[in-house]
Amino acid sequence: MGDNQNSVLAAEYPAISDSKPVSRPRRPYWVITAERIFEGIIRLSGVSAIIFVLAIFFFVFKEAVPVLFSDNFNITQFLTSTKWYPTSAVNVRYGTFSLIIGSFSVTILAMLIAVPFGLGAAIYISEFCNKKLKETLKIIIELLAAIPSVVWGFIGMTVMSKLIVNFTNAPVGVNLLNGGLILAFMSVPIIVSIGEDALKAVPDSYREAALAMGTTKWQMIYRVLIPAAKNGLLAAVLLGIGRAVGETMAVLMATGHSVHIPLSFLDSIRTLTANIAAELGEAPAGSEHYRVLFLTGVLLFCITFIVNLTADLVIRGVRRK
Amino acid sequence: MNQTNSITHFTRNSFTSRKEWYERVAKWLFQGMAFALVVPLLLIIGYLIYKASPSLNWSFIVDVPVKGMREGGIWPAFIGTLYLVVISLAISTPVGVLAAIYLNEYAKDNWFNRLINMAVINLAGVPSIVHALFGLGAFVYAARFGYSIISASLTLAIMTLPVIIASTREALASVPMNFREACWNVGATRWQTIRAVVLPNSISGILTGVILQVSRAAGETAPVMFTGAVFYKAIQKGDLLPYQLTDQCMALSMHLYTVATQVPGVKESIPFATAVVLLGSVLLVNASAIALRVYLRNRKKW
Repeated sequence: MGDNQNSVLAAEYPAISDSKPVSRPRRPYWVITAERIFEGIIRLSGVSAIIFVLAIFFFVFKEAVPVLFSDNFNITQFLTSTKWYPTSAVNVRYGTFSLIIGSFSVTILAMLIAVPFGLGAAIYISEFCNKKLKETLKIIIELLAAIPSVVWGFIGMTVMSKLIVNFTNAPVGVNLLNGGLILAFMSVPIIVSIGEDALKAVPDSYREAALAMGTTKWQMIYRVLIPAAKNGLLAAVLLGIGRAVGETMAVLMATGHSVHIPLSFLDSIRTLTANIAAELGEAPAGSEHYRVLFLTGVLLFCITFIVNLTADLVIRGVRRK
Repeated sequence: MNQTNSITHFTRNSFTSRKEWYERVAKWLFQGMAFALVVPLLLIIGYLIYKASPSLNWSFIVDVPVKGMREGGIWPAFIGTLYLVVISLAISTPVGVLAAIYLNEYAKDNWFNRLINMAVINLAGVPSIVHALFGLGAFVYAARFGYSIISASLTLAIMTLPVIIASTREALASVPMNFREACWNVGATRWQTIRAVVLPNSISGILTGVILQVSRAAGETAPVMFTGAVFYKAIQKGDLLPYQLTDQCMALSMHLYTVATQVPGVKESIPFATAVVLLGSVLLVNASAIALRVYLRNRKKW
């Protein structure tokens, strides 16, 4: 049988049976070289993200390093003192504790508002509304995410502060509550879109199984969907936190400008980010003040690094399942 | 007949009606939450436009600011933002697209490439003010570009890079594997496949991702504030190429911050009008990207 086939082949295609190998047409040498070079460039670009993350850390840290050995500075004071007198002539103090508390309080307030609303909206978009409304809402949420932070800050300064003064009799409208509301608006889009992705990733068979047992949609959501999508929802919240902690212009314009630990929602605060933005322009390059601001940048970089890394690990945990 | 009568039908009782009631409450609650995000926003934007209306006309955009930015238009800021956006995306798009090609087409699933992915995610999460510090330390001082358009654009480029990588990757990943396999089977190399099959089929998705970054680059304030944008720069009215690469420039976002907080006695409608122009251009660009995406999705054949 095999022999027979070979002879047929040999008759039809003499080239195959003649043991002379047929040489493949070769591409010109320079084309191969160009392709190699180009693939090299592609690989280099691939590594660029790592290079840039390291470069950011390196350059920000490099500017900050000399202050670590200065007499006026010690690291415990930097992290735990509430005394921030960077430009004082006789009594220079670099304590960022109240700035850290400012950052955390405004982030927590923003999350208290944004998480229920964001996840609620994600559940509504993913489970309750019809296809057309779903597309429309998703587009609106995406446009919401595109509003520049400086415009949010401006809205906080003008619209929101007026509303707050009218409703609460606060002396100034730019305060913790204002910043929290603005940040909530800013971090909601990311919570909605990631949360919706997480709900979409739950297989339909889960929903069908629950509904077949006679549950209502609501029972299905809180007994089946939310536990199943738990990690994705958590990642959505974490990414929202990451966005809120790092936000600069909006909190600079909407939270007022006083460096102290807030005692109520209507106190003005200052955050780590806003502090850098407000003072970097005034600090002479190379001065101690300037370097401490860079050190604050290193601190911020580390905080957001940890938050984002955790979110990534949580999401990856979902995928592995 | 008797048998059909004996089938028990579901009847409403207190238990099922309570269930229905909860369901309805939950639905209204979530609906309320979704609309609570959308409605106030529309009201706020309406209010901004209303307050801006006295200044809002074509000459506001092409005029230069006068009387210490208390009156006049926003041309230098508008054109400055255009410069920053075009230059920064001209830098970040090639690098971002090539990086995405590497991650999606070449990279194997090993620790090194997982590290790259992690770096992309973290780069996307770096606060904009830290980007500003980096731009100041690296481009303004270390690379000696000084406060200039090129420093600001490079800073913005690095900021937009991770999102361009992510969106390009998504576009590349949506090209079915069969397309590549068919191409490899006729003897094409990896790069030939990418050039002839993968890129033509994903170019629209890549473009959408890049367009979305236009608005991001245009809206950012902090990174340009310390690397190249200035409060005020005198240029000719309607001049299309007023800046050199090593000049400082004005930027729309920075200009809004300036007139809203730093300059006393500005005519009230001017900051509002600046905000509306910035917001309007950003939303316009994004809406067109979204429209492009919807159009292409409907046309897609696979």
